[in-house]
This record gives sequence, structure tokens and C-alpha cells, in this order.
Amino acid sequence: MRISSIYKIKNGLGKFVAYTILIFVALACIFPLFWMFGSALKTQSTVFSDFSLFPKHMHWENFTIAWTKAHFGMYFFNSVLYTVITVGGLVFFSTMAAFAFSRLDFPFKNALFLMFVCMMMIPLPGQFVALYVLLTKLHLVNTRIGYILPQIDAGQALAIFILKTFFDNIPRDLEDSARIDGCNKWGIYWHLAFPLAKPAIAVVIIFNCLAVWNEYLLAMLVFSDKSLMPLPRGLMVFQGTHMTEYALLMAGVSITVIPIILVYLVMQKYIISGITAGALKG
Amino acid sequence: MKPKSENKINISKVMDLTTSYLFILPALVIFLLFGLYPFTQVFWLSVHNWDGIALSKVFVGLRNFIEIFSDGPWWNSMCHAAYIALLALIFQNALALILALLVDKDIRGGNIFRVIFYLPPVLSGIVVGLIWGWIYDGNYGLLNHWLGFLGLEHLARAWLSDPKTSLTCIAVIHMWKGFGWGFVILLAGLQGIPRALYEAAEVDGAGMWQKFVNVTIPMMIPVFVLVMIMTILGTMQIFDIIAATTNGGPGYATEVPVTRILASMQGASRFGYACTQAVVFGVILLIVSLTQLRISKKMKQV
Repeated sequence: MRISSIYKIKNGLGKFVAYTILIFVALACIFPLFWMFGSALKTQSTVFSDFSLFPKHMHWENFTIAWTKAHFGMYFFNSVLYTVITVGGLVFFSTMAAFAFSRLDFPFKNALFLMFVCMMMIPLPGQFVALYVLLTKLHLVNTRIGYILPQIDAGQALAIFILKTFFDNIPRDLEDSARIDGCNKWGIYWHLAFPLAKPAIAVVIIFNCLAVWNEYLLAMLVFSDKSLMPLPRGLMVFQGTHMTEYALLMAGVSITVIPIILVYLVMQKYIISGITAGALKG
Repeated sequence: MKPKSENKINISKVMDLTTSYLFILPALVIFLLFGLYPFTQVFWLSVHNWDGIALSKVFVGLRNFIEIFSDGPWWNSMCHAAYIALLALIFQNALALILALLVDKDIRGGNIFRVIFYLPPVLSGIVVGLIWGWIYDGNYGLLNHWLGFLGLEHLARAWLSDPKTSLTCIAVIHMWKGFGWGFVILLAGLQGIPRALYEAAEVDGAGMWQKFVNVTIPMMIPVFVLVMIMTILGTMQIFDIIAATTNGGPGYATEVPVTRILASMQGASRFGYACTQAVVFGVILLIVSLTQLRISKKMKQV
């Protein structure tokens, strides 16, 4: 009797300590984001003196100013465009290639697949130097296509790898019955393999959307023209020229962050299971 | 009659192969052009001197590689990245492990904590750097404001422009952004340990601590190795946070390999030498990941 009650208190105390630590860290995680959002609603003068998280007078007009005058609307449009085209292209090209590597037979198949996998494994972060040289040669510097194609390449090796493993598990019978129904290779790919691969495609889409939306280094190298820049690059340009306009800068940061947070909250289940499956299997 | 039908077969075979190749063609072309070609080009350029404009490149053999050995700022930048990696290995991973152990104990709301902890890793380094840059600001920063509130004004400083604190402050930002990732992986690892093992240990009379040492730790070693290596590889390539806060300064205090490569390329217009740095950096990272494979293989044998 006594022992069990002691155990209970200890357990309760342990739980209390555990929750305290967890809640403290959770607050530390989200606090900077509230701080960002609160600051975006202050004026140029109160932003330096008012340290409250939620200012008394909310200046929502900061967002309209940031969106129009500070060009964040334009950067936002560019970011959406790059994300949609890059990820769309990536999904089609990598499902097609993965389908071929998994289901079709042709000379050098394994060698080509191995090449993709090897390049994925070898780290060479400084590759952007030669990539920049190539883009200059092809006259793709300061063009949208010069920003999109390298990013399709950056994502496709892993995507092909994930999708091939997925296609490998589709039963042969399904493919055979589709063939009997008169499907050719394209038909099997489009009507059978692509719809079946939806879960794997979802993972590919989510992670590449995050990667493209957040990309900075390549955007810095490729773009000198403001009208082509995506959000992170636009933020840095704004910070460089309007150092002290913190309220507007934070409004721009909020515009960059809010879509990602919304997508994350909706898709968090897939994102977290994707990251764990990817890391623990690989 | 016969050769004609053979011809037909051949044509249909060729057609068949062509469609097969068409499936991989877009991915392959993009890969060859924007992946493999720059990859090989890095090595080619690393043995040349080239300003990025001139039509001809000057072959210099291994001279760039000899030069890099006495390139102080380069190895300093490597040390800076290693310092951040070391702090991340110790503090970020310790925090991630503690939190994972807490949530693994069937705590209510575990998923909410998981969602919150994984929020910083999905944000861009630029955004994180800009927000934190302001928190650290010397004149109007939140950190100094709070220190004043606590009566610790004497500690207040321009955190990111003081060479004594700038690198550690960047490491703090990096760890804030990164611990949630380690947490998610470690938690998945912990939940993958069969509960029967714990029950068996309990039957043998093992307490909490003994269960942790004799069941949890041995089962988690492959996951530990994975998280450690990924932490090192990720941290050594740090760039976005630095671009958004200090951009390598004050002086050279927060230079990292990527900013040095950029400086050689854009600042000094030495494309060849920038590629030499890229090769050396890549080899170092490769050694790190090969060591991981070695260690995890040995662990599996044990």
C-alpha cells in the first residue's frame, strides 16, 4: 500500500517535470514565430520600443505595403511559380524514369540507375560553382528556366529511388491484366502505376515543395533581376536596401512563412512519417 | 519472305526500345546536364586557374591543392563549421534525445509536441536567420531587452557583431532549427524497440536505469550513428542562416566553407581555386559518411 503510493507521487512528480520541460521547449519553438508576427503589426516607431508580443494597435496595413510597395506580392508569385513547375516536372520525369527502371527492360538499365544512386550518395556542396559556369555558358543566368532545371535535378535522384522501390512492389498480375486489356507501356504507366504510386508521390511532392520554397543559394547566384526573384532572395534584397524597416521586413518574413506553416500543419502526418521512414530505412 | 518478317521484328524491337528509353529521357538529360556535367567539371576546373571570363583556362596541375594547405581563412572556416557541428552534436542531440525519451513514455499530447518541435526544421534558413538576427540585435534586440529586465545589462551586447559571441550565437540558431529533426528520428527509433524486450528485462528485475542502459542504448546505437553523421554533414554545409545574419563577419569570425567557396568565386573571381576548395570539402564530407558506414556495419556485427 505504502510502496505503491510513494511510487504514485514519484510518478506524478516525474510527469510534472516532463511536462514542464516539454512545454518550455515547445514555447521556445513557437515564440520567435509569434514575435515575428507581432512585430509585423507594429509601426516603424513602435517596433523599436514596444516589446509586447501582441501590440495594442495592429497595423495590418504593413502587409498590404509589403505586398505591393516592397514587392513581396511579386516574390510570392515567383515562389509559387517555381515551386509548382519544379515539383510538377520533377514528379512526371521521376515517375516515368522510376517506372522504366522498375518495369521495363533495356540495355544499360542497371548501370544508369546505379549512376543516379551514386550521385545521390556523393556529397559535393561546392558543385554550384560549376553549375553557375554552365548556366552562364547556356545563357540561363537570370532566367526562370535556369533556376527551375537545376532544382529538378537536385530532387530527382532521391525521388526516382523512392518511386522505384514503390513500383517494385506492385504485383506482376496487375500489370499483366492491364496488358491483356490492351494497355501499352504508356497506358500501364499512366492508368496503373501512376495512380497506385500516389502515397509515394505525395512524399516526393511535399519534401520538394519545402525544398524549393526555402531555396536560397541558387536563387542568389542565378537572379540579378528583382522581377524574377523568389521570396527568400527577395527578403535578402529588401533587408539589404531597407536595413531598418523591421516592421515591413517582418511582414515579408510572415508572408514567406505562413504558407509553409499552413501546408505543414495540414500535411504534418505525412511529413513526419516520410522523414522517419526515409532516414531509418536509408 | 523471311528477311522481310525479320526486318519487321527488328523495327518493332527498335520501336519498343525507343519507347523504353523515352521514359527515362527527360530525367536523364536533366541529370547529365545539370548533375553529372557540373560534377565532373568541378574536378576539371580544380586543376586550372580561371577568372570566369577569359576564353582559356591555365592548367596549373596540383598547385591549387598545394595552396589550399596554407590557406588560413579556409581552414579557419572549416574549424568554425566543425565548432558548430560539435555544439550541435552535444547539445542539440542531447536535447533531442531527452525530449524523445520523455515523449516515448506514453505522454499525453505527444503528437502535439512532435508537430511543434518539427516546425523549425521546415522553415527556411533565411527566415530563421532574419528573425533571430533581430532577437540578437545590439540596439533593439529582444535578448538585450530581457537581460535589462533581469538586471543583467552588463551582459548586453551586439551579439552577432561581437567576434567573441557571433559564432556561438549562430550555433544556437542552428540548433534551434535542427533539434526537432533529431527528435523525430530518435523518437521513431525508440518506438521501434520491441516492448517485449523491456518486459523481459523487468522480469529479470531491471530498474529504469538498467533498462535504459541494457535495452535502450544498445538497440538505439544504429540510430545514434545515423543522427550523428547527418548532424555533422548538415552542419558543415551551413550557409543560409549565416547569409541572413552575419554573412561571414565580423571580420572572418563566422566564415564557413560555403561562404569561402563563394568568396573565391564571386569575390576573388578565382573559379579554379573555388573548385579546389569544393573538391577538398567534398572529400572531407565523403570521409565522414564512409566512416559512418564502417561504424554502423561494425555495430551490426556486434
